Amino acid sequence: MTIIVRRLALALLLSAAAVGSAAAQSNLRIGLAEDPDVLDPTLARTYVGRIVFASMCDKLFDIDEKMNIVPQLALSHQTSEDGKTVVIKLRPNVKFHDGEDFNADAAKYGLERHLGMKGSFRKPEIAAIDSIEVVDPLTLKLHLKQPFAPLLAQLTDRSGMMVAPKAAEAAGDKFGLHPVCAGPYKFVERVQQDRIVVEKFADYWNKDKVHIDKITYLPIVDSTVRLANLRSGGLDLIERVLATDIKTVREDKKLKLSKAVSLGYLGLTINIANGPKADNPLAKDARVRQALELSIDREALNQVVFNGEFVPGNQWISPQNPYYQQKFPIPKRDVAKAKALLKDAGVTTPLSIDFMVPNGVELRQVAEVVQSMAAEAGFDLKIRLTEFATSLKQAEEGNFQLYLIGWSGRTDPDGNSYSFQVCNQPLNNGKYCDKEVDAAHQEARVGADLATRKAAYEKVAAKVLNGGGPIIYLYHPQVLVAHTDKLEGYVQMPDGLVRVVGLTLK
Amino acid sequence: MTMTVVSADIAIAAREENPWARAWRRLRRRKGALVGLGIVVLFIAIAVLAPWVAPYDPVATSWSLVRKPPSWTHWFGTDEVGRDVLSRIVWGARASLGAGLVSVSIAAGCGVPLGLLAGYAGGWIDAALSRLVDAMLAIPFLILAIALAAFLGPSLGNAMIAIGITATPVFVRLTRGQTLAAKVEDYVEAARAVGNPHWRIALRHVLPNIVPPLLIQVSLAIAGAIIAEAALSFLGLGQQPPSPSWGSMLNTAQRFIGQAPWMAIWPGVAIFAAVLSFNLLGDGLRDALDPRHK
Amino acid sequence: MLAFLTRRLLQIVPTIVLVSMLIFGLQQLLPGDPALIMAGEERDPAVLAQIRQQYRLNDPVPVRYLFWARGVLAGDLGESMRLKSPVASLVEEKLPVTLQLGAMALLFALGIGIPAGIVSAVKKETAWDYGANVFALWGLSTPNFWLGILLIFLFSVTLHWLPASGYVPLGEDWRQSLGTTIMPAFVLGNALAAVLMRHTRGAMLQAMGADYVRTARAKGLQESRVVLKHALRNAMTPVITLGALEFGTLLSGAVLTEQVFTIPGFGKLIVDAVFNRDYAVVQGVVLVTSTIYITLNLLADIAYMLVNPRLRG
Repeated sequence: MTIIVRRLALALLLSAAAVGSAAAQSNLRIGLAEDPDVLDPTLARTYVGRIVFASMCDKLFDIDEKMNIVPQLALSHQTSEDGKTVVIKLRPNVKFHDGEDFNADAAKYGLERHLGMKGSFRKPEIAAIDSIEVVDPLTLKLHLKQPFAPLLAQLTDRSGMMVAPKAAEAAGDKFGLHPVCAGPYKFVERVQQDRIVVEKFADYWNKDKVHIDKITYLPIVDSTVRLANLRSGGLDLIERVLATDIKTVREDKKLKLSKAVSLGYLGLTINIANGPKADNPLAKDARVRQALELSIDREALNQVVFNGEFVPGNQWISPQNPYYQQKFPIPKRDVAKAKALLKDAGVTTPLSIDFMVPNGVELRQVAEVVQSMAAEAGFDLKIRLTEFATSLKQAEEGNFQLYLIGWSGRTDPDGNSYSFQVCNQPLNNGKYCDKEVDAAHQEARVGADLATRKAAYEKVAAKVLNGGGPIIYLYHPQVLVAHTDKLEGYVQMPDGLVRVVGLTLK
Repeated sequence: MTMTVVSADIAIAAREENPWARAWRRLRRRKGALVGLGIVVLFIAIAVLAPWVAPYDPVATSWSLVRKPPSWTHWFGTDEVGRDVLSRIVWGARASLGAGLVSVSIAAGCGVPLGLLAGYAGGWIDAALSRLVDAMLAIPFLILAIALAAFLGPSLGNAMIAIGITATPVFVRLTRGQTLAAKVEDYVEAARAVGNPHWRIALRHVLPNIVPPLLIQVSLAIAGAIIAEAALSFLGLGQQPPSPSWGSMLNTAQRFIGQAPWMAIWPGVAIFAAVLSFNLLGDGLRDALDPRHK
Repeated sequence: MLAFLTRRLLQIVPTIVLVSMLIFGLQQLLPGDPALIMAGEERDPAVLAQIRQQYRLNDPVPVRYLFWARGVLAGDLGESMRLKSPVASLVEEKLPVTLQLGAMALLFALGIGIPAGIVSAVKKETAWDYGANVFALWGLSTPNFWLGILLIFLFSVTLHWLPASGYVPLGEDWRQSLGTTIMPAFVLGNALAAVLMRHTRGAMLQAMGADYVRTARAKGLQESRVVLKHALRNAMTPVITLGALEFGTLLSGAVLTEQVFTIPGFGKLIVDAVFNRDYAVVQGVVLVTSTIYITLNLLADIAYMLVNPRLRG
């Protein structure tokens, strides 16, 4: 009986088989790893949301593969000698999706919206801006409260996204339900947790390079299923391929893999002085922290969990980054030295540590590897799996001794370090505080060029690396994007975003 | 009226032999039940004797043995950080069987008396209990689980409590429905006519007659609980890593389905074997305890 | 009967109020701070304070409950913090999806579970019985995400017969819609079929040993008639209870299946909302699902009375 029923079910399956093969022409289907949040550049806060913005909302500036700042809606920038004014020349003949002209007034509106809107997440990023002056229709002058080197890098991200003033004014905080920007594609529809559809914008300033008619973003959370969709032809491109799936992608002749070292990192955050849980040798003694770092073999971790595809690291930026401090190389694993340091510090081993790990298979795997490595040096890391939302709150309250948490990364090194290392900053969960580090960070913020800033960061590195600071950096993920060979012209940037200008779909 | 006499006769006849001895005599006659019992006993023995049965330390990692297929040294292969899968299955039996048995005991232990009370007493007691059960069932498992995790603290024991609490309403409703149906049967009417007190009717006449569907629900709920433990351990309430449970092994294996299928197959087989044997045993018990069954 | 119906209908309202209060209270017990989660990586204290004020996160729980309840009575389910869109429109968007998936799953479950249960009871301890049991228990002991992924590998990646995920509404194209929902419906229905099969089998065995069936047999009725008319009818009580219960859990419990197949239904909505502490969404969705659920259970009670007329007291 059951067999008959199963046959019937199979017959039904067969009858529905023809479905799904007829894809519309020139529709790029992108599989996202999460459902994006609100699509308003001022109110948005997720990484995945930035991937969708990349096709809809052009920014004043962009970055290239080497992370140089290049023009987009702006043509050039000029910072004054004292670093307190920035003159930005805008691109002429640019239109928003609703036909409104993009000019200095619109740009001023956009920046002021970021600065002044209720609940804006952009305000802290560009808070250095004191006032905005329209010099002429295509020239904007930013007056700063103090020199702020990371400002231009901020304008290559959401803070640099320009929204159509009339549409934004009319929609208020509901703008995200129907965003109107000046990018290559305009918003068509969104079904929550199902899809976001955008179509080619006919009056785009760089329309000759836009070859695909429509893009559909589909959030597919399960990485195995995302890849299965790509392989079955249901998707054309997927982001966040698992390192362990790279082999599968390479073995499939119809698929291509693009990668770039991400701007982010994963690290172990130590509770230095946040509440009673900080009352332990790990928090109080830099030698114990150094011992923990020395017990970890970053390359082995990378091999075991990520098939050797990620980039081991010991700083808040990857070894490829121009700001990487060569004077502080990745320490080799040295269990003997770790044990000696623990002995010096007068610690009785095994030293029991409360290790908070947000739930997720990959993080748990990293935690288990770190746990077993640290055990050899005399640490007893007690893994405590915690639901992500709960872990954020507990981190804030200091309810941890060690916390496995990553950062998605920002273009400027300031974005990867300031908020984690400076006293009382919001992401400094371990409440690390050192006046010299703070001063060096301020120096890096006002520094005019790479050399000056790098010198300032060297002072920070001397203090916070090798056990001194609140974070033991472990590795930098590889941005892994897989797509069909029908898609041509795809270049992966280190920020992980999917740029769509210049792509063709055969 | 003849029928009442017949069932009363059977009921009297049933009371003459020790019901447990009779049940065991009947159970022994059923091959399926014996196989089920055998596997259940074997699993429990494995769980209890894990330190002696397991060939390796279940949490010992090895960087040179990551995701290796089954071999002579590692019969079930190794997992994502180089641990022996067989040893983890053996140790995982503790968490998984524990989750199944303890949580279902909680659920049946609370649910059956409440259901019996609601169904037998009727009136406002039934209305109040039934609406409370409706309300509990309407709350998503996830919310209850995370709230309990926060409240009780994450541990395997608390996971069992959480699963037990969420499985209770089903037992209440099932028992209540069955009691309602049994209450109007002739043999209950007869018992009442003879002047038995209510508690005696409920326990001696109604309960034995509604045991069969409850046994089935118990054996089904064990399967549900083993799988629910997996979901909870993923959320951080449940077995804490690196200690294994079958469900969490299966959870992890999902990411490696292409590269290391053995990581999924063995915990899957273990869960299936446990579920199957509990159900076979349940079937046998059902037959053996059924007072009307010859 | 009429008095019973009126009484039960009147009980629905307090039950729903109770559910909404329970959910509201439980959500406050959930650890984590909605403002922190909403801010994600952008954790500016001023913005956090502003969010807390805007969504009344600093008000006492009873006050917030009353605000919410007042909104509901005025037909406003509130707004999603994460998506900035009204909860009512989210519910409207997801409800048809969930109902379609649930109905299809129930069809699978009834179509497989009840016949399999009858056959295995009638042919007890034969190959049919064992086969049906093994199949049912396999379905029960295989987690949904696992079966889902296996189906995707078979029918989408290898055979290219069905789309691996996504959803097409029924109104848009019914063939494509069936194509996208048939696998998840099968996965959900399969687990439910196991439960129904086991209970049908047990209840049938019990009923077939009962006096009225013996009487019917003694009267010389055909065996198939005895089985289908007398035994099955009486065996339906536990099946109805479990059927209503399990269909209820399909409404908000199809989380993993929806996630694997990327079906945008209630399960996905509620999980994302719970993980993001998007209180208004959880509250709104549970209000809708619990109403449906409680109504279903009422229907189950009425169905009892129909199959077992003696219960009409």
